[in-house]
Amino acid sequence: MLAGDEDARLIAGGQTLVPMLAMRLARPARLIDILRLPELAGIREERGAVVVGATTRQAQAERDSVIRALVPMLARALPWVGHPPTRNRGTIGGSIANADPSAEIPLVAITLGAEIMLATKSGSRSMPADDFFVGAMQTAIDQGECVSAIRFPVWPHQRLGVGFLEISARRSDFAFVAVAAQVALDEDGCCIDVALGLGGVGERPLRLKVSSLVGIKLDAASVSEAVNRALAEVEATSDLHASAAYRRRVAVTLCTRALEQARADASDKSREGLR
Amino acid sequence: MTADPAAFRFVSSNRRVREDRRFVAGRGHFVADVALEGMLHVAILPSPHPAARILSIDASAALAMPGVHYVLTGEELAAATDPLMNGLDTPKVQRRPLAVGQVRYAGEWVAAVVAETRALAEDALEGVDVIYEPLPFVIDAEEALAPGSSPVHSAHGSNVLLDRTFVWGEVEKHFAETPRQLSFRVTWGRSSTVPIETFGVAASWDPWREMLDVWASIQMPKYPDQIARALRIPANGVRVHQDVDVGGSYGVKRGIKQTVVVAHLARRLGRPVRLIEDRLENMGGGDAHGPDRIFDVEVAFNDDGIVRSMKMRALDNVGAYAGRAPFQLGKPIGAIVGPYRIESVQYRAQSVTSNKAVQEAVRGFGQAPTNYAIEAAIDKVAAAVGLDRIEIRRRNFIRKEQFPYLIPSGTTYDSGDYHTVVEKVLTHIDFPGLEAERDRLRATGLLAGVGIAACLEPSGGNSSFEPLLNENNSTTTWMDSCRVVVDALGFVTVTIHTTSSGQGHETLVATVIGEVLQIDPDLIRVVRPDSLNCLPSNSPVGSRMAIMLGGAAFHAAQKLKAKLLRIAAHQFGVGEDKAIYAAGSVTEPDSGKQLGWVEIVTIAHRNHHLLPQGMEPGLETTHVMQVPTGGKLPKDGRVQMYPCHSFEFHVVLMAIDPDLGKPEIRRYVIGHDCGTVINPHIVKGMTLGGIAHGLGAALLEEFVYNDEGQLITQSFMDYLLPSAHEVPEVEIVHHCTPSPHTVFGQKGSGESGYLGAPAAISAAVNDCVAPLGISFNKLPIRISAIGDAIADAQQRQSKPQEKSK
Amino acid sequence: MKVELRINGVSRSTDVEPRKTLLDALRENFLLTGTRAGCEHGVCGACTVLIDDEPVRSCLMFAVQADGYEITTIEGLAPAPGELSVIQDAFCETHGLQCGYCTSGMILAAHALLQHTLTPTRDDIVEAISANICRCTGYGQIIEAVEFAAARLRIANTLRPVRDVDEPAAETK
Repeated sequence: MLAGDEDARLIAGGQTLVPMLAMRLARPARLIDILRLPELAGIREERGAVVVGATTRQAQAERDSVIRALVPMLARALPWVGHPPTRNRGTIGGSIANADPSAEIPLVAITLGAEIMLATKSGSRSMPADDFFVGAMQTAIDQGECVSAIRFPVWPHQRLGVGFLEISARRSDFAFVAVAAQVALDEDGCCIDVALGLGGVGERPLRLKVSSLVGIKLDAASVSEAVNRALAEVEATSDLHASAAYRRRVAVTLCTRALEQARADASDKSREGLR
Repeated sequence: MTADPAAFRFVSSNRRVREDRRFVAGRGHFVADVALEGMLHVAILPSPHPAARILSIDASAALAMPGVHYVLTGEELAAATDPLMNGLDTPKVQRRPLAVGQVRYAGEWVAAVVAETRALAEDALEGVDVIYEPLPFVIDAEEALAPGSSPVHSAHGSNVLLDRTFVWGEVEKHFAETPRQLSFRVTWGRSSTVPIETFGVAASWDPWREMLDVWASIQMPKYPDQIARALRIPANGVRVHQDVDVGGSYGVKRGIKQTVVVAHLARRLGRPVRLIEDRLENMGGGDAHGPDRIFDVEVAFNDDGIVRSMKMRALDNVGAYAGRAPFQLGKPIGAIVGPYRIESVQYRAQSVTSNKAVQEAVRGFGQAPTNYAIEAAIDKVAAAVGLDRIEIRRRNFIRKEQFPYLIPSGTTYDSGDYHTVVEKVLTHIDFPGLEAERDRLRATGLLAGVGIAACLEPSGGNSSFEPLLNENNSTTTWMDSCRVVVDALGFVTVTIHTTSSGQGHETLVATVIGEVLQIDPDLIRVVRPDSLNCLPSNSPVGSRMAIMLGGAAFHAAQKLKAKLLRIAAHQFGVGEDKAIYAAGSVTEPDSGKQLGWVEIVTIAHRNHHLLPQGMEPGLETTHVMQVPTGGKLPKDGRVQMYPCHSFEFHVVLMAIDPDLGKPEIRRYVIGHDCGTVINPHIVKGMTLGGIAHGLGAALLEEFVYNDEGQLITQSFMDYLLPSAHEVPEVEIVHHCTPSPHTVFGQKGSGESGYLGAPAAISAAVNDCVAPLGISFNKLPIRISAIGDAIADAQQRQSKPQEKSK
Repeated sequence: MKVELRINGVSRSTDVEPRKTLLDALRENFLLTGTRAGCEHGVCGACTVLIDDEPVRSCLMFAVQADGYEITTIEGLAPAPGELSVIQDAFCETHGLQCGYCTSGMILAAHALLQHTLTPTRDDIVEAISANICRCTGYGQIIEAVEFAAARLRIANTLRPVRDVDEPAAETK
């Protein structure tokens, strides 16, 4: 249906699409409501991953015990997404497809190297999140395709910690800068693996290269050096709400703090209550 | 009047606000709830250009679209109606509801499409083809002021609507004699009170009765008059239904252009017509923006921090049309020295047009921006002489024994005890403890500081700024009214003659009348007749209703009580001085005779033979009240502005993470003295709500125009309203210095909190960043600006050769 | 398009254009005018209704998407005409409103919170109402209303399904 109709758009939660319709910024002739399609729903574990159906409500994912246990970064990010009422309707897939540069769920997908699965005219295909997010509100999705699920990799490590920070004008606004961090430590506190992602600063969320932190103890100096190096080439946008200089500077601050948050989280042996 | 709360039965007690009941059940009656048979709906076509000639309008495609009935243009409307009223004497600055020949701001309303539904009307907007020829435009106030800028109204010749300098007292002499001076600039960014309900109006024309019925979300003095004038119909042919609930206004819902459009269409089409602004129409073209003002201030002071004289230039950018907004430069004249004993003032009020949307009256009518400038001056003087910011205020405050106090610009402040309010607040806070908390926050690496603001809330709504700024205006009457009726069965019904937008006027009036008549206020019904059945009112503006509506209700009730007493005394055969009224009954102590309420009522309604000679039958009294201390025209640039002056003292503890720049209020305390409080719930609500508005103005809200003259903050995505996360818990410390001018000693509180919060919050930010040698002098103060300024200062400080700012 | 909606416990059907929002359908087709439009782009929360007991912005849903849920509007809270629920009465007790325009949405958000917990912290309350903008009250008396309602509900003499208060001792103060 979607493929055949250039003037049609998909609607699931509608939390980002409907405002655009109300303000007449988007003018589809038809809407195709996919919210109740069973094949797009559900959260399931696979080997090494958790697959979240596109129409999974954000509020549902927030409460889900599998996500909490296996994809803690997503669990930590979700309370920052919009407001409780928008999470009651908004979907994981919807946020991914919308591709707002400062949105939390795309940031988590990029940071963890998630795979975006698409339903196509002929069947299905998938691509890494890094390829999927092309620019501000722009994805590599083709006409007639639909995000069907997101495959979040699960880290097998015992001592796993996450950090998630963002800064915005008001508590639930789009972030000027958002940072997601995940670290795994060995028994001595050395970093075995690390992932760091940055949103809100440029046209799309970015995975930052901090592999130099693997094998060391994540002391403040090393973290600072790695973060500064990773951010050196990052371009920041300037708008009404925040200058480019602000974004670049605060990116450094939040990346550093998020990594510290993740390290502390991982060091803490009793891992109850991630929020 | 003395005002010992213990002496009151109902006044000052925490009675429920009766209006709340219908709202919590979802049974408010707002204009969008008014259903009129056959009603048509309007959508507005706005201008995309900040300035342009309209070359042609072709609505043929729109008229062919489904459900479309009509497309109204400015030309047609201008032929059938008179221009909207200006406040200043600027006849060449004509304002029309729909643009005529030329658009003057991006978002200005160009055409109105009328259809069966709002959605169909919006669809049809695309079918209206307008051809424009862009013209030069000016956005910035100083550019607009400069000679040679493109005048927004070419017939007016320039962008200057008002340029008037007042000199009250020997300013130059005081400046010459005083050892120290400083000067600075602060800027109040354009924001507004932005109610959650947009403006809406529905109108219906009855050609057989020649009557225009209007339902609107309105807070506007003389609304029916202005409708009549514009539509060229008799004023007694306009009936405004005032039982429409208004979903917040805080000054801005004046809606006259919307009303003229809808009324004209109703008359033209012979069907009821309704316009409910959508949010984009409201923000971009609803003409409800607030002051947009640059202050250049100079003060003369001595080493003890006593401020002797002040020069203030206020340059306000009203947008593309005049209306009433320029008067917002005039009202603050009534408290131009704030709570301080400044001896002389020079005040230059400049109002300019630009190609921005139009300003309207915003809560405080210019007082909040002016207080921001005054408080900035006091803080800067404190820094210059090395004095604590509270101490300097103590030294400059008008003292309790000096009231009534005449300020240089001609207003006498009625009463106040500023020092006591400050002491109460400091005691409540444990101020040394607060400073210790600030130091503790600093020790953790945060920036921390305390913001202080002391200011007045003039109340009573005497609009003597009108004749002050416009010599052709001789208005000195600013009245309000109340009617009390006791029916034949003895039930009390009161009429009030205005709309309300959440101020609890029904509760206010029932409380006052219950107090006077000594009967349970819950037994008193309060209703709002339509405007043809009303006594004069000037609507709840200028924090006036506690004083004016409360006063009118009081006097009407007193008249009623007197009548009851007289009837009873007549039955007893004694003079009225020998009879005592108590809780609805009248007794004659000497003989023990007594008549109860029902008996007296029965005599009034049914037993004419028992009434005193010449007394009218029935039990109905009215009172129309003039504003206390009002009634005189200005003289030599001086006039009594408002009668009563409430006082507030804000203390804000703030912390800022220097790496993030986000200001966080850690504690907020306000000392508030509004005289006798008639209903504590209502006053508390006004104060907390006002502080929330002030927080928005200080840190979050702004109508931003880019260099292309486009409004880039047109929705709630970009115009940021404080949510429950942003507004801190506020502690209120009360004091009561009654007013000698009012029946219970009450002063107004409708603008409380808002008048001082922006000053206090920006002062708190500045106290946080002062150790870095920076300060912010423009509102709103955004996180990014704070972060960038801190980073720059830290960089400068790390380079020892460079001087810090 | 025909759609059948279950509103305040009653199934009702109507015919709407597909593009009509749930908000407009409630107000115009069902004459339930207690739900209000403040921005129509999903920010202010004046349009809040409960969908299966959870707050949702009705301006961001189309009426034709709303079948199959239990929709609760403000009109569904009062136990009987002229009566008020505990939460509604609490808002009257603390004067948790002024103009009343945001109140329907605000009360439903509070109601949903108090279905989850009767011991909300101040932060819980703030978070629950953070999606409803009020321009009148500054939120202080709204928060008081929710605290007051929670306290009254904790000692209420009724059976109620509440997800966190499951110790029997809780009912004896």
